[in-house]
Amino acid sequence: MADTVVGANPDPHAAGDDPNRRDFIHIAAGTAAVGLVGALAWPFIDQMNPAGDTLALASIEFDLGKVVEGQQVTVKFRGKPLFVRHRTAKEIAAAIKDDHASMRDPQTDEARHKPGKAEWLILIGTCTHLGCVPTFGGGDYGGWFCPCHGSVYDTSGRIRKGPAPKNLEVPEYAFLSDTKVKIG
Amino acid sequence: MSGHSQYEPKTGFERWLDTRLPIVRFSADLMDFPTPKNLNYWWTFGGILAVCLGIQIVTGIVLAMHYVPHADHAFASVERIMRDVNYGWLIRYIHANGASMFFIAVYIHMFRGLYYGSYKAPREVLWILGCVIYLLMMATAFMGYVLPWGQMSFHGAVVITNLFGALPIVGKAITTWLWGGFAVDNATLNRFFSLHYLLPFMIAGVVGLHIWALHVPGNNNPTGVDVKSKEDTVPFHPYYTVKDGFAISVFLLMFATFVFYFPDVLGHADNYTPANPLVTPQHIVPEWYFLPFYAILRAVPDKLMGVILMFGAIVMLFILPWLDTSKVRSMRYRPTARLYFFIFVLACIVLGFCGAHPPDDHVIPGISGFQLLDSDINSFVWLSRFGALYYFGYFLVIIPVLGLTETPLPVPESISAPVLSHPANAPAGAAASPEKRG
Repeated sequence: MADTVVGANPDPHAAGDDPNRRDFIHIAAGTAAVGLVGALAWPFIDQMNPAGDTLALASIEFDLGKVVEGQQVTVKFRGKPLFVRHRTAKEIAAAIKDDHASMRDPQTDEARHKPGKAEWLILIGTCTHLGCVPTFGGGDYGGWFCPCHGSVYDTSGRIRKGPAPKNLEVPEYAFLSDTKVKIG
Repeated sequence: MSGHSQYEPKTGFERWLDTRLPIVRFSADLMDFPTPKNLNYWWTFGGILAVCLGIQIVTGIVLAMHYVPHADHAFASVERIMRDVNYGWLIRYIHANGASMFFIAVYIHMFRGLYYGSYKAPREVLWILGCVIYLLMMATAFMGYVLPWGQMSFHGAVVITNLFGALPIVGKAITTWLWGGFAVDNATLNRFFSLHYLLPFMIAGVVGLHIWALHVPGNNNPTGVDVKSKEDTVPFHPYYTVKDGFAISVFLLMFATFVFYFPDVLGHADNYTPANPLVTPQHIVPEWYFLPFYAILRAVPDKLMGVILMFGAIVMLFILPWLDTSKVRSMRYRPTARLYFFIFVLACIVLGFCGAHPPDDHVIPGISGFQLLDSDINSFVWLSRFGALYYFGYFLVIIPVLGLTETPLPVPESISAPVLSHPANAPAGAAASPEKRG
């Protein structure tokens, strides 16, 4: 610029003035614009969260009578597999024996089933690493083995080896009767 | 765009348009763009990539006319495209193999940039825009692979979205938000379809910026020496339109060979089984172009660290312009760096190879090594660790240190100098400016 235009946009603070009414209206307008954008952005972000009908399908009932000892039934719960395992005495003993072994996510077997119902182990059947479905009977601990990245869980569903950070999740559930549970 | 416009409107209409929307001038300047005269065939992959993007967009729009983005119908609609839609098999095979071709081309394009130092000043922004395109490509390809809703689609989506679950505190909320539910389900498929349709157009936008950023400093070239005079350049058209055209034709031949003779060889048989959330395939692998990153992920026994390193592998590319301390661009004149570069290419291939195998399998079958920490030394998990170590070592140690310690070969004064000084290249009767003759 060769010349300086004087007076086109006079600097309100040239003389070291306090904030004036023009500053106020700039700040107020700017704040309102930011608030408005934020308020508008939220619906567009939140629409991706689970919808009402998805949330409504959140709990199921299951009849344990059809699961014989040593068997595992997989049912769908919130879109994920749910393992209902009727454990044998041998599996329970193995789980209790390891209660104080060194583990990544230490937990006793007792804490992973309902009191007095050690034979029933109910778990979310997704590996806590990246969500694959572990298969029963693989790995060195007689429990589950995840085919994706080699995580090994014991007969209590506790992580013993591999990249998974946590034990297989025990969902919220309650016994409605001796043979009926409500999950979720 | 740099340089003076050579365009002169010839007709009255062109003159009229030129003062209103100088689009003809813009195109003419693109065609006239002074391009280093020594570009080799590694430089044709930019054009090849533009063709790949075009093919994916055209075939994709057509497929979207027949595809149904719903968990109950997606698999069947893809089968219907394959069996019943007229030429649906052809269009889908072009689209599916086109993704692989796109990645072959982009990897060659990136390795070319790494070798010839195309990321160095003043082309850092050009390079970073390329990295952004690469990220968008990966997101697009991943979401596209989910759409057929086969077993690999589904469980691939489960694994990749769960990566975000590794983040502390917010991880779970983010995965639920990505899924739109408590697991990968119809809501997830729907949004992936929407984004898979959107992202290619965003790629096209960034490609525009990438070309813009290319046309400010102009092309790098195999010597890495800046263009010094007009002698060093030729107009883009006809020289590089023809060279690129030839390379594109050869590339399309290879593309067609896959489409017509090996259409499923790059895919996975498990993806022809409909998605079943209750059973994970025995051996889950991503598409080949993600395998090196997958190997890095699996090399680390800790979930969060594995995810950080996997994304870190791409961050390396973004910060590369500031990691390289060498003043010499092209590795043609950096014999030591060249050696490390070829080992780097090998490390990437080895990582890809590791990603395709179960981590505990033996690399050399039949031989049992010794146990080191958690796994046998003769296992893919250990090979991935060595590969990952070299990958990060290359960017973080070798490249920064080598620029300071190596002795490069003498760099020519200009692009033309080594050619003109060579006695075999006396320009006896060589045609001057053939582009000016019809």
